[in-house]
Amino acid sequence: MARRPILGVFDSANSAADAGDGLRRAGIPETDVDFLTDTPYPEGAFGEREEPHRLYIFPFIGALLGLTSGILLTSMTQVAYPMVTGGKPILSIPPMAVVCYEGTMLGAILFTVLGIIFESRLPKLKAGLYDTRITEGYIGVLVNTEETQHGEVETAFGQAGAVDIKRE
Amino acid sequence: MQEGRVLSTREINRDLLRSILDTPRWFWPVVTVLGLILLVAAIAIGIMVNRGLGVTGLNRPVAWGFFITNFVFWIGISHAGVMLSAILRLAKAEWRRPATRAAEVLTLFSLMTAMIMPIVHTGRPWRILYWVFPYDFARGIWPNIRTPLVWDPSAILTYLTSSTLFVIIALVPDFAVLRDHTTGIAHRVYSVLAMGWEGNARQWKLQIVAGVLLSALILPVFVSVHSIVSWDFGMAAAVKSWHSTVFAPYFVVGAVHSGVSAVAFALILLRWCYGWQDYIRHEHIDALGRLLIVVATGWFYFLVMEILFGMYGREADELMVRQTQFTYWPYNFWFILFVITTYFIPVALWLSRAWRRNLWIMSIACISVNIGMWLERFLIIVPGLINKQLFTFVWADYRPSIFEYIIIGSTFALVTLLMLLFSRVFPLVPLYDVKEGDVLRTQVQIGRRTVPATFRED
Repeated sequence: MARRPILGVFDSANSAADAGDGLRRAGIPETDVDFLTDTPYPEGAFGEREEPHRLYIFPFIGALLGLTSGILLTSMTQVAYPMVTGGKPILSIPPMAVVCYEGTMLGAILFTVLGIIFESRLPKLKAGLYDTRITEGYIGVLVNTEETQHGEVETAFGQAGAVDIKRE
Repeated sequence: MQEGRVLSTREINRDLLRSILDTPRWFWPVVTVLGLILLVAAIAIGIMVNRGLGVTGLNRPVAWGFFITNFVFWIGISHAGVMLSAILRLAKAEWRRPATRAAEVLTLFSLMTAMIMPIVHTGRPWRILYWVFPYDFARGIWPNIRTPLVWDPSAILTYLTSSTLFVIIALVPDFAVLRDHTTGIAHRVYSVLAMGWEGNARQWKLQIVAGVLLSALILPVFVSVHSIVSWDFGMAAAVKSWHSTVFAPYFVVGAVHSGVSAVAFALILLRWCYGWQDYIRHEHIDALGRLLIVVATGWFYFLVMEILFGMYGREADELMVRQTQFTYWPYNFWFILFVITTYFIPVALWLSRAWRRNLWIMSIACISVNIGMWLERFLIIVPGLINKQLFTFVWADYRPSIFEYIIIGSTFALVTLLMLLFSRVFPLVPLYDVKEGDVLRTQVQIGRRTVPATFRED
């Protein structure tokens, strides 16, 4: 049986949370339910599941790559164009610190941004079921489940006071 | 700390998208005037490139003048973004909400403007490629990474890239609002920019974590940028009076001082221009004023230390510079004006709660700080150079030419124009941040008083 999305639109956080409770009672798995809002509500406001992520790994990988690039860039340019100064080494370590530091930070930040996009599952190329009223303060409860369960979902939405129910 | 009324999402969208969905009548005339100023500056730069730096007042021994002063000034302004956005975000300061985006965007545009200055200053802008770009262009010459003049672009480009990404990431939820409120080409453009954002719990969680994580990562870059700018002077072999160990923190605190003042003034202007009284409230400007008292006093401490330790060592070069600053006309006048406008006038005004809440007085105080901070950079650079130094056998004063005045003046027009154009296509007050503030607002009954409170998640 095909899985299809169904969206309930609610005008308050409380009714959206009630809809979440109703869906749980109806046996809809938490992983099939998404709450769409135009502002970050405190985590768990709708009784939704905790979202694990691995964003913290990204800056470390980026920092390592950035540091490596910084070391290579600064050491190779010094070797490629030697500044011969009496009693001083061609490859001088202290001045490499700044560029290496900036490279490390740049790498960390670039990878963090990539991590944010990747972990947020963006870009989403195919537009899913959505309602523009969500950015007007309404709350969308998006359920992606078997079509056979849509009746129970609609009942849960109706009991919680959905202002609209949309199907794909 | 919550004086405004709770606004509905519809009201927030209507008010904060007004600058994008409706064009105010003053908008295009102001843009035209600013564009004309930039055109005059472009002609001045064109003549300068064609004739050479001889058309400016730059000569031996004063090789760094208005352009480099202005470079340091705009780098300083750019420190507002991280100061407000990152530090206040990490500190979970509730009053940051309307100020963060404007501060971040001011960071971007002032950094871009700052970067133009050394390029113009070279006189032959294309040669800057040989100087900083890590490629030998078949000449066998690579950038000399031992000089702070190469560290500088690496730090500034890192800061610019980071700040740009910081702004873009924070804009994604607002792009989605714009996508849902526009039609035609604008809708298609905002749809691409929103990347399919739908505002689910995972995306919001990542957005919040991203704000904190990027703030924490950009903060060290922010400190490094102005430190490295100060090393352009502190590590210059030829000018002994610039060899000051206190320069890096002194520059960083000074940058925060001028930058936060600039943001406060920009917020007042935005409030006037777009009628955002419900968003940029007196309490926000008041909070910035209180923050600035601390920053200004920290900066003043470094100034006193710089002068005191410089003179106590009785080094000839240092004493000559101080003598120039304190006794030679017109530098003595500029020095007195600098200290008064940077510290005594604004701090005296900020000490009064009523004055901090008076937008005219706050505007005067913030402009005063920036006049003073511009003069500060000028008084570090030029008096240091007009005196006898190692390898320099001429004494000469510095008289900036009309070309320098035009180009310097145009940088203020450039930043204003870029801010205005940005506000025409993107919201300058973050919608979701303001909405979140309203969601988390509540009131607590303590005895017989009802006190405003904010729910805060750890």
